[in-house]
Amino acid sequence: MATEASKGRWLTAGLLAPSSIWFLIMLVMPLVVVAIFSFGERAPAGGYTASFTFEQYANLPARLKAFQNTLTLAPLGTVLTLLVAYPLAYYLAVKAPSRWKLALLVLVIVPFWTSLLIRTYAWIFILGGRGIPTLLEFIGIEGVRLINTPTAVVIGIVYIYLPLMVFPIFVSLEKLDKRLLEASNDLGGSPFRTFLQITLPLSIPGMATGCMLVFILLMGEFLIPAILGGGKVFFIGNALVDLFLQSRNWPFGAAVATTLVIIMLVIVSIYMRLMMRVSAHREDVSIM
Amino acid sequence: MTSPAQTDTPDIRFENATKRYGDVVAVDSLSLAIDKGEFFSFLGPSGCGKTTSLRLIAGFEQPTEGDVLIGGASMVGTPPHKRPVNMVFQHYALFPHMNVADNVGYGLRQLSPRPPKSEIQKRVDETLELVQLAEYGKRRIWELSGGQQQRVALARALICRPTVLLLDEPLAALDRKLRREMQIELQTLQRDVGITFVLVTHDQEEALSMSDRICIMRDGRIVQSGTPRELYDRPLNRYVADFVGKSNFIPGKIATVNGRSIDIESDGGMLFSCNPSTEQDTYTVGDSASIAVRPELISIGPPGSNAEALGTDVVIPGRIQNRIFLGEHTEYLVSTEKYGEILVLSPKYIESVRGSFERDEDVAIGWKNETALALEDT
Ligand SMILES: Nc1ncnc2c1ncn2[C@@H]1O[C@H](COP(=O)(O)OP(=O)(O)OP(=O)(O)O)[C@@H](O)[C@H]1O
Ligand SMILES: [Mg+2]
Repeated sequence: MATEASKGRWLTAGLLAPSSIWFLIMLVMPLVVVAIFSFGERAPAGGYTASFTFEQYANLPARLKAFQNTLTLAPLGTVLTLLVAYPLAYYLAVKAPSRWKLALLVLVIVPFWTSLLIRTYAWIFILGGRGIPTLLEFIGIEGVRLINTPTAVVIGIVYIYLPLMVFPIFVSLEKLDKRLLEASNDLGGSPFRTFLQITLPLSIPGMATGCMLVFILLMGEFLIPAILGGGKVFFIGNALVDLFLQSRNWPFGAAVATTLVIIMLVIVSIYMRLMMRVSAHREDVSIM
Repeated sequence: MTSPAQTDTPDIRFENATKRYGDVVAVDSLSLAIDKGEFFSFLGPSGCGKTTSLRLIAGFEQPTEGDVLIGGASMVGTPPHKRPVNMVFQHYALFPHMNVADNVGYGLRQLSPRPPKSEIQKRVDETLELVQLAEYGKRRIWELSGGQQQRVALARALICRPTVLLLDEPLAALDRKLRREMQIELQTLQRDVGITFVLVTHDQEEALSMSDRICIMRDGRIVQSGTPRELYDRPLNRYVADFVGKSNFIPGKIATVNGRSIDIESDGGMLFSCNPSTEQDTYTVGDSASIAVRPELISIGPPGSNAEALGTDVVIPGRIQNRIFLGEHTEYLVSTEKYGEILVLSPKYIESVRGSFERDEDVAIGWKNETALALEDT
């Protein structure tokens, strides 16, 4: 028995080894390198020289605007994407005739087939002077500027991240047992109340996954602010591109990156705890 | 305890209700009345339209033609949440994100104005007590056994005191023993709460043992409806006789129609005198018909026994082809030369007096004329 058990343990360890090593190399090592860099100094010609100083961290307020933008527009973008994605996912999963479902789903993915860069550029024309503002002028609303504003960045975010949010919500709505809705109806719940009491709570896992996915990716976003923000609305991601590639101030870039990781860890763990609380809270919820 | 009060206005009434799905006619001009306080069952094979009939009452489906009335009022266009009926779903459809008490109280929370919290709590406790789950309010749904889930579903449907409770094969997922227990519990419950129960099942034993009245369906139509006893003793045709209990059928032609007795000439050449199962006038001389005899109404004796010895009117020689011991009965499959295989159910108390028979033994079987029924084949 004991040998069986230890054999099993070795087998588990053996099977886990490749992925553990992979995880170590791909995820932990770069983080460690970045963390070490962040305590160094910039070499005169750019790059890194070894040292141990907190100077880079003291210098962080210089990039305050990037942090502010990211920490407001990423949550805002996530929430707006959720608000746009939910009705779409709901339509696809519940209302769309079943023979159209697949075709419609493919339509949601189609944008992924062209380059992200090109799609984002397309929005320059839509939001730019000859796009929506011109249309608005036709109906008498003048002087609207969209391109290179936070609004343009948020519109871009919602557009680009929509499929990522739609899919997890679609899945959780699709697998929702339709008989539960009938049961609610049967017990006197109107369609709207049924949605609030059954459909919505049971699609929370899908919404949580979608928000998590979009939010984490948004925290590192740089393409959309670069193109639609026109250098006026920049994210931490843009600061990093600037620091690592243009000004070659690697230690300061590393400090910014490390700070971003720490902020993310804090936010994600709070979020996780919140989600746990929501599902745990339901256990002992009394009659409402 | 309220006893089921029979009143003049039926609780539920189907008036030529038809439900089509494209080309499929799921329910075909169904006309039927279910009385207040009745335990009514729809019985039939898979796909005969039982669930659809129930869904027409619940309001999940609207009749393509005809009408469904509840308490005398037409229900056409009334959505499910405005109908005074509640349903126990086949796989219970309990809400997974709520505990037992919240599931049971769901119906009350939909009322407007919503009753106060304490009132809901009280009713939930009462209803859980009714289904013997008093201590289970805080449990999660997946922490319950199948039988307990079934009871939660029952409690959830009963809490709003509907005038009619619809049950779609509520016991199908339970094992035999638990099913038996729940059948008895359901029956007791129905008498206690005194509301109309409409049950869908394809288990004839279940329907026979629980119902006040049964409606046998085939292809979306009613074949026969009546009390369990009527269906068993006076099946309208071969389909019903076959579906409700076991029966032997000997094919033949109607030879004479003569008052309360009908003579059928079997394909084997013998003339059998039978009782009619319906009004006389539907029998026409020359039509094909079957002689139907229940296995428990056939006597079995040693070879060469005469009618007097067997205590019967008919005697047929045969040979035991198979014998199955069933405890209180022995089931013999007797092969006869002219009438095929005939099933005989011989009770233990008779066996203990007359002795039993072995396989391949020659025997004589027979029955009294009045126990045989003349049945049309449809
Ligand atoms: N939504 C639907 N769309 C198309 N056809 C349907 C639909 N629901 C039922 N039917 C058809 O209607 C007929 C009756 O179905 P119903 O579900 O009422 O049968 P049932 O008697 O309950 O059978 P079972 O004992 O298998 O549950 C079947 O032929 C079925 O295929
Ligand atoms: Mg069914």
